[in-house]
Amino acid sequence: MAKTLRIDKDLVAASATPLVLGILADGESYGYAILKRVNELSGGRMAWTDGMLYPLLHRLERQGHVKASWGESSIGRRRKVYALTRSGRASLAERRQQWDVVADALDKVWRSASGRLELA
Amino acid sequence: MTAELESQIEQWRGYVRRRQAIAPADVEEMEGHLRDQLADLVSSGLSEDEAFLVAVKRMGKLDDISREFAREHSQRLWKQLVLTSAGEDDSPASSRNLMVALAFAIAAAIAVRSAMTWLDDTVLARNASLIVLPFVTGYFAWTRQLANRTVVVTLATYGGAALAINLYPWQTATLGTESTTEVLAATHLPIALWFIAGLAYAAGEWRSQARRMDFIRFTGEWVVYLALLALGGGVLVGVTVNTFSALGVGNPEAIAEWVVPTGAAGATVVAAWLVEAKQAVVENIAPVLTRVFTPLTVVMLLAVIGAFVVRFNLVDVDRELLILMDVVLVLVLGLILYAISARDPQAPPSWFDRLQLGLLVVALAADALLLATMITRIADAGVTANKVAALGLNLVLLVNLAWSTRLAAGFVRERTSFGAMEKWQTDYLPVYGLWATFVLAVLPVLFVFR
Repeated sequence: MAKTLRIDKDLVAASATPLVLGILADGESYGYAILKRVNELSGGRMAWTDGMLYPLLHRLERQGHVKASWGESSIGRRRKVYALTRSGRASLAERRQQWDVVADALDKVWRSASGRLELA
Repeated sequence: MTAELESQIEQWRGYVRRRQAIAPADVEEMEGHLRDQLADLVSSGLSEDEAFLVAVKRMGKLDDISREFAREHSQRLWKQLVLTSAGEDDSPASSRNLMVALAFAIAAAIAVRSAMTWLDDTVLARNASLIVLPFVTGYFAWTRQLANRTVVVTLATYGGAALAINLYPWQTATLGTESTTEVLAATHLPIALWFIAGLAYAAGEWRSQARRMDFIRFTGEWVVYLALLALGGGVLVGVTVNTFSALGVGNPEAIAEWVVPTGAAGATVVAAWLVEAKQAVVENIAPVLTRVFTPLTVVMLLAVIGAFVVRFNLVDVDRELLILMDVVLVLVLGLILYAISARDPQAPPSWFDRLQLGLLVVALAADALLLATMITRIADAGVTANKVAALGLNLVLLVNLAWSTRLAAGFVRERTSFGAMEKWQTDYLPVYGLWATFVLAVLPVLFVFR
């Protein structure tokens, strides 16, 4: 198990939207499954406050990026299921470009600074 | 899952539900999440208690989540102002209360309309409160399932008041005018009856300080709601009457004779229901009203004192000025009571408490000035029923405000607790009812019904 790294709150907030949109791009899902997927993808190193996911999902719904509908879980409980919409797909593509630029720039910084930085 | 875990989830759901910003559907969604999480944790080997602690901890602090929800759904915080908010408010008890309130409101409207048909105007005028207020009382009696003893006391008091106001042999100087004591009795009757409604409101527990405080609060909020209903109703009636007369259809006077009195009678009961059903709303308005009007009243009273000083040797101070001063003192007392009812008794004294002390001092000064200038005039001109009523009310209010000033001064200097002020006001409450009863029942006898 990788050592848990405390990820800055602002960074979590900034990356949450593309993560959720990206997970939903694989197919519709619900809150708990989305969080489990985030945990898998980050190897358990991105600690989200579970409850915060729902206001985020509702905001995406209001913006039209996702569409919510009530489905049923395997044990028959009502469950809200979210699916990506066309505008969500567009938003994801745009965010991906933005993050690519940021990641690219950061990558160059890490490499040029690698001599002076002691990476753990 | 075991029953114990179910009850823990139930408790958690209760906490979440209390948040205004989190709608019932969101609670359901989060509960589904919690249950999924619990199932996973338990299957990975945790005990149910441990799993619950971990799952709730991962869900995060309710304050933070609720704030996040509020940011996303700001309209939800306003929804509490709307009557039929979805979800938990739709309990059978509250919708049944609404039905009961509407039934009593309609009954009050029918009673008033019938009385207008059968009684002549003077009889109607002195009986108006006797016709309407029993329905407000009846609504309380119904919703609170009053004990038989309280019902008997209430009915007996209403009966006694009805007998007094209608069987006293009022003496009129000339035909068509009303006797002074009759007018005084008719104006003090609603106040006395309001305290009977208070008895029903407190479900007979009229000795309890908490119930009395509730009744003070209720009265203040009832007045606000009634004013709002009157405002809305007035606009509606005005528009309707004008439309009808512009179209030349129907008889606009019929609206004045039917809609206004029945609507007013019904509004008294509906306002009572509104206070009960939507307490949170006016709890938010009362502090604002007091904060707006306390400074303004201080300024007004200072102007009044200024006017006195300018015309200090006035000769034509009369009863009307005394009545006006009574009105001012009632206003001041109302502001004080509003502030008390909306205040957190634990909070330390603030600038507003000092401002209130200022208000009390200025009100006392204005009243003292007026009384000093009037006392000789009253002695000269002889005692009349009106003067006794006006001076008596002034005395009743003066005693309360003087002692309130003392308590407020002590509180501002942190010598006494705020609770002392609350206790004084609740202890004093019956005095108003007793004074109203005195004017209603005894004063006419003293002045031989003239």
